[in-house]
Amino acid sequence: MLVKLLVANRGEISCRIMRTAQRMGIHTVAVYSDADANAMHVQIADEAVCIGPAPSKDSYLRAEKIIEVARKVGADMIHPGYGFLSENAHFARLCEDNQIIFVGPPVAAIDAMGSKSAAKKIMEAAGVPLVPGYHGDDQSPEILRAEAEKMGYPVLLKAAAGGGGKGMRQVHQAGEFEQALAAAKRESMAGFGDDQMLVEKYLTQPRHVEIQVFCDVHGNGVYLFERDCSVQRRHQKVIEEAPAPGVSQALRAEMGEAALKAAKAINYVGAGTVEFLLDTDGSFYFMEMNTRLQVEHPVTEMISGQDLVEWQIRVASGEELPLNQSELTINGHAFEARIYAEDPDNEFLPATGTLHFLQPPDESDYVRVDTGVRQGDQVSVYYDPMIAKLIVWDEDRDKALRRLVKALSEYRIKGVTTNIDFLYNLVSTRAFKQAQLDTGFIDKHQQQIFLKDEADIANLLPLAALYLVLRQQQEHQNLSQHHQDPYSPWQSLNAWRSNQQYQQKLQIKVHESTHEVTVKQIEGDGQKRFIISGERFQADATGEIQQDSLIAIINGHRQRVSISADKQSCSLYTQYSALHFSRQAPDLGLLDHDQHGGGLAAPMNGSVVKLVVEVGQQVSKGQELVIMEAMKMEHSLKAPSDGKVTEFFFQQGDLVDGGAELLAFEADDA
Amino acid sequence: MPRIESKINAKSQAFADNAEHMQAQVDDLRQQFSQISQGGGEKSNQRHINRGKLLPRERIEALLDPGAPFLELSQLAALHVYDDDVPAAGIISGIGRVSGVECMIVANDATVKGGTYYPLTVKKHLRAQTIAEQNNLPCIYLVDSGGANLPRQDEVFPDREHFGRIFYNQANLSAANIPQIAVVMGSCTAGGAYVPAMADESIIVKEQGTIFLGGPPLVKAATGEVVTAEELGGGDVHCRTSGVADHLANNDHHALKIARDAVARLNRTKPVSLQLTEPVDPAYDVKEIYGIVPKDTRQSYDVREIIARVVDGSEFDEFKALYGNTLVCGFARIFGYPVGIVANNGILFSESAQKGAHFIELCAQRKIPLVFLQNITGFMVGKQYEAGGIAKHGAKMVTAVACAKVPKFTILIGGSFGAGNYGMCGRAYDPRFLFMWPNARISVMGGEQAAGVLAQVKRDQKARQDEDWSEAEEKAFKQPIIDDYEHQGHPYYASARLWDDGVIDPADTRTVLGLCLSASLNKPIEDTRFGVFRM
Repeated sequence: MLVKLLVANRGEISCRIMRTAQRMGIHTVAVYSDADANAMHVQIADEAVCIGPAPSKDSYLRAEKIIEVARKVGADMIHPGYGFLSENAHFARLCEDNQIIFVGPPVAAIDAMGSKSAAKKIMEAAGVPLVPGYHGDDQSPEILRAEAEKMGYPVLLKAAAGGGGKGMRQVHQAGEFEQALAAAKRESMAGFGDDQMLVEKYLTQPRHVEIQVFCDVHGNGVYLFERDCSVQRRHQKVIEEAPAPGVSQALRAEMGEAALKAAKAINYVGAGTVEFLLDTDGSFYFMEMNTRLQVEHPVTEMISGQDLVEWQIRVASGEELPLNQSELTINGHAFEARIYAEDPDNEFLPATGTLHFLQPPDESDYVRVDTGVRQGDQVSVYYDPMIAKLIVWDEDRDKALRRLVKALSEYRIKGVTTNIDFLYNLVSTRAFKQAQLDTGFIDKHQQQIFLKDEADIANLLPLAALYLVLRQQQEHQNLSQHHQDPYSPWQSLNAWRSNQQYQQKLQIKVHESTHEVTVKQIEGDGQKRFIISGERFQADATGEIQQDSLIAIINGHRQRVSISADKQSCSLYTQYSALHFSRQAPDLGLLDHDQHGGGLAAPMNGSVVKLVVEVGQQVSKGQELVIMEAMKMEHSLKAPSDGKVTEFFFQQGDLVDGGAELLAFEADDA
Repeated sequence: MPRIESKINAKSQAFADNAEHMQAQVDDLRQQFSQISQGGGEKSNQRHINRGKLLPRERIEALLDPGAPFLELSQLAALHVYDDDVPAAGIISGIGRVSGVECMIVANDATVKGGTYYPLTVKKHLRAQTIAEQNNLPCIYLVDSGGANLPRQDEVFPDREHFGRIFYNQANLSAANIPQIAVVMGSCTAGGAYVPAMADESIIVKEQGTIFLGGPPLVKAATGEVVTAEELGGGDVHCRTSGVADHLANNDHHALKIARDAVARLNRTKPVSLQLTEPVDPAYDVKEIYGIVPKDTRQSYDVREIIARVVDGSEFDEFKALYGNTLVCGFARIFGYPVGIVANNGILFSESAQKGAHFIELCAQRKIPLVFLQNITGFMVGKQYEAGGIAKHGAKMVTAVACAKVPKFTILIGGSFGAGNYGMCGRAYDPRFLFMWPNARISVMGGEQAAGVLAQVKRDQKARQDEDWSEAEEKAFKQPIIDDYEHQGHPYYASARLWDDGVIDPADTRTVLGLCLSASLNKPIEDTRFGVFRM
């Protein structure tokens, strides 16, 4: 029996793997970078070893170093988690060479699935259905174009070596083909050093449905049903659920069998995921196979009652699969929402900062939170900014969804911008409730999800204003509590005015726009009443704040609204949507200085791609000074006026935190 | 403590009529103030805003703790006094909390005649300083004023209680460790320059505030030197070169933020020495006061009905309830603060005056603040009463009121006539605050009585000359006197001249008293030494 497991990863997955291992009586070893010295996964581990500086390439991606550590501590087994080295054949081989068990498939299987086009050929041969497409070596534009026309537009151009949306183009008609091909090839070459293209039929309303498979070394294989991961943004999963809504028992079996066939075709061992595109007519096509544990594996665990990490360890140890297909059943419905430090209103740019306050919803049989951070931890620029995975379960989809909505509204994170409001709005849409899922979901429903409709905002502003005035009064009463004069009407009377109704103007900022709201305080009857008016509304409001809720009665409609607030901003969660807002503080004129000179700060976390100009070089207003990259997108910083850069504080390739001063700029005298 | 059992019938026609009458007066009061609060009017305000300045009331809002009350004083100052309209006398004063400290705020309104000082502007400013002195409240001056109103210099400049007294007060308040903070948000010319210069700490808004003894026109006339206001006395000059100001602010909001910070570090504590209890609302609706106060001022009613709608839990521990019952005295609490209440319930007799003197002595000895609810036509007159020594008994009460050093608060809830005004702590007796209800009337005697007295003198005169004086003639003689008394005895007339600190909605009485009580406790309550009581 194995005694020591090294987890070559960090964050929530590292913690999650070690918890299972420890439950199984296995001694756990964590590895960590300098940035993670006090991280949760280090604390949880029985043993932990530093493997280098913060950047992943100098730590978590150092295969040799990790093997060396494993040998030194005497680990029998390495679990790579997901990401980092999890699908790295070289690393798997190194493990093999050093007689360390790699928790994952054989090297050959990783290799086989590493190239998308090669993978498809294998699958085609094995009889797994593929999206009609061309995966040939003849890359002449004429052939590619002819193939596109054969399968019919729209088609998708994909880099054979690619992933993550790079080198990918949709082509909706013949006229666009040439240009799209050129662009895709260029991106592919830049991204992967290779411009081989695949052409595939583009499904207009496909769902992303994937099958969890598991195989052992004894030739047994099972599928643990499907997950629907259709809700994606820029090819990144946002919400996952299991089972997939509307998938019949027959279709499930058919997809499961196809997935097993795919796994068998490459002599797969361990946990794997076969991703399919599911078309509206019920036909499905192989997309790719992930030879690792998926981020979203918990939803499968919740409905199957199995611990997939335990399965992985047992299979890796040479045991037979714990259960056979007929012993596996689906129980209930589960969702996973990925809680990220990112700014959905700003192209999902990753956010960094200190998690000053972190209070996940209470965990129970229904609610599970997989996380690798605690209050006070940093979300740094170096790693994936995922804070946690919120997983909920209940007997059916409706019930589980209600749990998800509630849990999201109870998630309290202060210190960094998160996507919680975005997730809340997303799962609160009627379309999501009705499971009208496809990979274009977010685009299709962006009006509601991003709260773009002015009328929707106008509906929520009275609540926001009511909350702000009630909180102001509460703070006034709390803060100015004099010990010697505890009952003073100066703190208990609120904003009383002689011979006049108190009225104040609030500037409420939602997204980038500011809404002016007037709040008039009506005296009398013991109950504080307010007339709240704005450009599009007038409301008669009363209410009170109870811990994290606002009890609001607006025009006679009483509702309890969950509130998450810190000094800077607030989110409120109604039955239909979340509103993130802040009170615009008066302009103190402190920024005047910056208009005349001073520095330029990084708009987000990312890396410095290029310093475009030289120090001392005369530039004109609007000229590009620095190019940064984050989330595979480039952003440039431009000269605020004519002048010159006097110093760059970072060099090409440096990672920078959002808000960091990148350079000193001296404006010409006007 | 026993609770006052209210005996009113809120369903009666009289109650409804009274309530309607009072409501109309309160509505008018609000209407008046609503007009006044617009300052110099739309055009003038817009000009002010266009300069990048906040309106004076906005400045006060930004200065105050968010969500805190503001007890504005003398809202009706200068109302219908001058030929010009000078809303609020061009200056806003009041008490509010800044960084948790109760402060006296005095803000010039530059939209009203350039913020220049009319005689009543001076009086209002001085009154604010007096309140600050008596109650130990830090002063914050939001300065934006052209200085003395030149056409009226004879009423503004030379006398003891004129412009110069403002700076005399600043020096002496500062000496008493009552902080003086000036925020220069506009011009401070000539004498006005001393407001920031005399302040303990001063803040100036750049490219907005100016301080100089002589403005550019005067400089040019005197020396021929051509200079801009900013060069002569702008924020930069005073914060970098002259040292006349201490903090340079970017704009109004910034200046007010600096002022808030300045108050936060004053290192003040409030020496509350009263035995406190948790406040309880009155058992009866305060709004019922409207229906209780008779429409006809000559009609009497039980003042305990008012007390029941002012004090905590309507609980009132009456003193000498069976003696001298035209004066109601007793102990109660307002917002948890113990108070002694002295309230008229009819004309003052010798017994009631003695009782009042006794009760005031008790409160002074025990250091319990006093609240006077004035509704008094005067002391009883007549042979029997003079012989009974009503003058000396009245004098006892006046002596007691005059000497009592506990905080005193006076509300004129009805008539305030003659020596009754003195015994019940009128303006001359230095109550910390004095407010009037809109139905109150103040004069040396009632209009009818004054007209009657004057008519009697006239009739005697006519009789001496054997002239006839018909009923109609007498009526014609009396009516203008009655009208004059009614006009001059009206709360607006009184308040416009700062005989009080403001006219309040009767339903706000408890609130106003609570705020005043709390504010007054910033000053430790002194020992009282009474003068000789004539026995």
